[in-house]
Amino acid sequence: MKKHEHDLVIVGGGAAGLRAAVAAREFVDDVAIISKVNVLRSHSVTAQGGIAASLGNTEAGKDDSWRVHFKDTVRGGDGLVDHDACEVLTRGAPEAVLELNNMGVPFSRTKDGRLDQRPFGGHRLPRSLYAADRTGHGIAYALYGENVRLGVNIYDEYFLLDLLTSEETVEGVTAYDIRSGEVVGFSAKSVILATGGCTQAFEYTSSGAASTGDGLAIALRNGIPVEDMEFIQFHPTGLAGSGILISEAARGEGGYLLNDDGERFMKRYNPDMMELSPRDQVVRAMQHEINRGKGIDGGNHLHLDLTHLSQRTLWEKLPTISQIAKDYANVDPSETPIPVQPTAHYCMGGIPVTLDGRVKLHEEGKNWDNLFAAGEAACLSVHGANRLGTNSLLEAVLFGKRVGKAAAKAARRGERGQVGGDDLAEKDDMLGSLLASDGSGRVGALRCQLQETMSSRCGVFRSGEELEQAAAEIQDIKREFEENLHLDDKGRTFNTELRSALELKNMLEFASAIVNGGYERTESRGSHYRLDFPEKDDGEWAVHTFIKKGQGGNYRLSYRPVRTGESG
Amino acid sequence: MMKKIAFRINRYDPESNEGSHFEKFYLDVSEQKLGELTVLDALRELKEERDGSLTFRHTCGHGSCGSCAMLINEKNRLACKTHVVDLEVDEGSFVEISPLPGFPVIKDLVVDDERFFDHDSQIMPFISGKNTVDDLEEERQTPGELDRIMEATECINCGACTSSCPTYWDNEDYLGPAALVRAFRWLEDSRNVDRNSRIGILDDEKDGVWGCNKVFNCVEACPKGIDTVAIIEELKRSVITA
Ligand SMILES: Cc1cc2nc3c(=O)[nH]c(=O)nc-3n(C[C@H](O)[C@H](O)[C@H](O)COP(=O)(O)OP(=O)(O)OC[C@H]3O[C@@H](n4cnc5c(N)ncnc54)[C@H](O)[C@@H]3O)c2cc1C
Ligand code: SF4
Ligand code: FES
Repeated sequence: MKKHEHDLVIVGGGAAGLRAAVAAREFVDDVAIISKVNVLRSHSVTAQGGIAASLGNTEAGKDDSWRVHFKDTVRGGDGLVDHDACEVLTRGAPEAVLELNNMGVPFSRTKDGRLDQRPFGGHRLPRSLYAADRTGHGIAYALYGENVRLGVNIYDEYFLLDLLTSEETVEGVTAYDIRSGEVVGFSAKSVILATGGCTQAFEYTSSGAASTGDGLAIALRNGIPVEDMEFIQFHPTGLAGSGILISEAARGEGGYLLNDDGERFMKRYNPDMMELSPRDQVVRAMQHEINRGKGIDGGNHLHLDLTHLSQRTLWEKLPTISQIAKDYANVDPSETPIPVQPTAHYCMGGIPVTLDGRVKLHEEGKNWDNLFAAGEAACLSVHGANRLGTNSLLEAVLFGKRVGKAAAKAARRGERGQVGGDDLAEKDDMLGSLLASDGSGRVGALRCQLQETMSSRCGVFRSGEELEQAAAEIQDIKREFEENLHLDDKGRTFNTELRSALELKNMLEFASAIVNGGYERTESRGSHYRLDFPEKDDGEWAVHTFIKKGQGGNYRLSYRPVRTGESG
Repeated sequence: MMKKIAFRINRYDPESNEGSHFEKFYLDVSEQKLGELTVLDALRELKEERDGSLTFRHTCGHGSCGSCAMLINEKNRLACKTHVVDLEVDEGSFVEISPLPGFPVIKDLVVDDERFFDHDSQIMPFISGKNTVDDLEEERQTPGELDRIMEATECINCGACTSSCPTYWDNEDYLGPAALVRAFRWLEDSRNVDRNSRIGILDDEKDGVWGCNKVFNCVEACPKGIDTVAIIEELKRSVITA
């Protein structure tokens, strides 16, 4: 079986992984990225709306500063933002986006050629830089180009299987080459997990098919905690039916949300910020309207009305979503409102890390030497209980750079880990026995069951009873997976059914953590809303949830206080 | 009312000795759902409910990531942006799906894109000749300068254009329309400093810009509506005047 050796191995080639690689190359020569889809197909490529930085380039935003950005982010995060991390994020934002400008991101411009900025929900001033509504595409492609320039080794279509660890160091990773089906070992001096989000575990989701939280599941299986997983952000405007995202930029440019009476109902929930209130508020207001029968024709969607915007705004500033409305809802947004519903969008939680991206060991205060995480897979608590739009691309590139540097420095000091033949053989057996699965439960059907459970019982509104039910249902699906899975495709070459099975196994792993964390948190805060505990409880619950898998496979929960300080 | 849609899908599994062949599948779709059904939806349903070994790439599902280009009823298109109703299949006709022509096939609808991305790397897809990291002045770009490259920045590297190009079929070292569009995007970015190294690569009788014979297949193939030939013509001008 094949083995590769590199100084630094980065798993994931979205904005975070690509940015980390660029930063790392300043310190080490031998950097590799492993990605289960070609890096240019990573989810980051589809991010639409923008990236935040307090440049103050527009007339309306000229008084902006990192402090205002900091305050907005803290306020949006509803009591769970760690102030030190948020200060790093907001202070560093201008530098991070100017670097992207240097790398050639095709940012939209003001008349005099400066970086234009537009409003976004929860941000009081227009602070979002954007490349039409293809911001993620522009950023990922520019970062990819830098990777080519710097000679980073990219292993496209390699699927991460596991971490190889001994004591408190990581020796490398195991992966399988999707194309050949062969198990491959990567030994490394340090490793970064940048595997992205996990919202594919939900029925309606705006994320791409690859956002299956593989890194989170692999962390849990290795005794690494995950943090704040109960905080899943639902985005207000998924296209009804499919969940495809209609960017918040549509409301940033002036779009209205209407109920069946044609009423701009947000005026009853947050008259000051209206449609640009923080996402958790907008989503709850929408779900409320739907639940009280004010969905369009009494159904479960509402209208996003852009008919009053100019053709120029629609086709120059919002071309992608105008096209998406046409292609997937058969609606011309200049004439007809777009049918929308809340869609699972982003995971505020993730693998807990220090400000340099070092993965935390079990208890507070101890970290891994050479294992790092970045991007949506990591939890820095910069978003707290609710992320503001445009802050996560910022997190991915800004912390991607920091983490890339730190990991490269660790690699310079460290020894290359050992990857044993046994490790590879064990993984090969695991794939072999999955391939031999000959029950009657199909991967797609089991995945749909999980997604329905998560959306209906662990969605915008939750309750103890529903979450208990969800936990039981997940257990059933896990059992079915273990005992009665069926794969049609028995071959090794490009077996995407095998890939989906591995992803489902991973989703079942972290889904339990989401439900568990949500069940224990008997309050409502940010994106987590309990119908049976509708109040926020700062006395008891201004804390971060840590969930770890114990010896017997059950989850252990612990909590740590929020870090607040003088910042801002 | 249910409607039966017929598919003929090109299958190939290197591990079996059957060779490349077509297989028929039928999908019952309600009249109401039919309007929204994309070819990708249909493929996913067939895979998940009929034959788990049916193999294709997809990620975003809405025409942004470039994973799912394939030959659908004789035209290169994105499966996720192609609606079955628009293919006007009626009784007795099929939705016929094959992998992108001109690329080696790995399995079923999945092609080997290694050379394609290799060409993309050759054209230096980055700002060249400038310290991109340390100099943190905000470099301006006028809306006009941005406009010049805007259309080319929309490329999602799906391969539909290059796969449709007869010159590329004959000469796999020809950079092909996708890489040329991408070359223009980086060469003509007002922030790019070094023009010569890239022009050296592009100025080649057979493999570079001059390989383009203006067959126009690529323009028709591009799911993003990019006028590839116009951009290549513009690029030829840049090369001549360099
Ligand atoms: C539709 C949509 C629009 C958005 N728009 C915005 C926006 O406008 N502004 C903003 O700030 N944020 C936005 N977000 C959020 C933002 O896009 C993401 O949080 C961010 O792109 C995550 O980047 P990442 O690098 O962490 O992960 P990703 O881009 O998801 O990349 C993950 C990488 O990990 C790899 N990977 C995963 N699992 C494995 C495995 N098992 N083996 C090998 N490789 C693996 C993948 O191949 C991929 O390369 C949006 C999100 C959605 C869903
Ligand atoms: S130019 Fe068009 S067809 Fe060619 S790769 Fe780019 S997006 Fe695809
Ligand atoms: S799946 Fe992304 S373009 Fe079709």
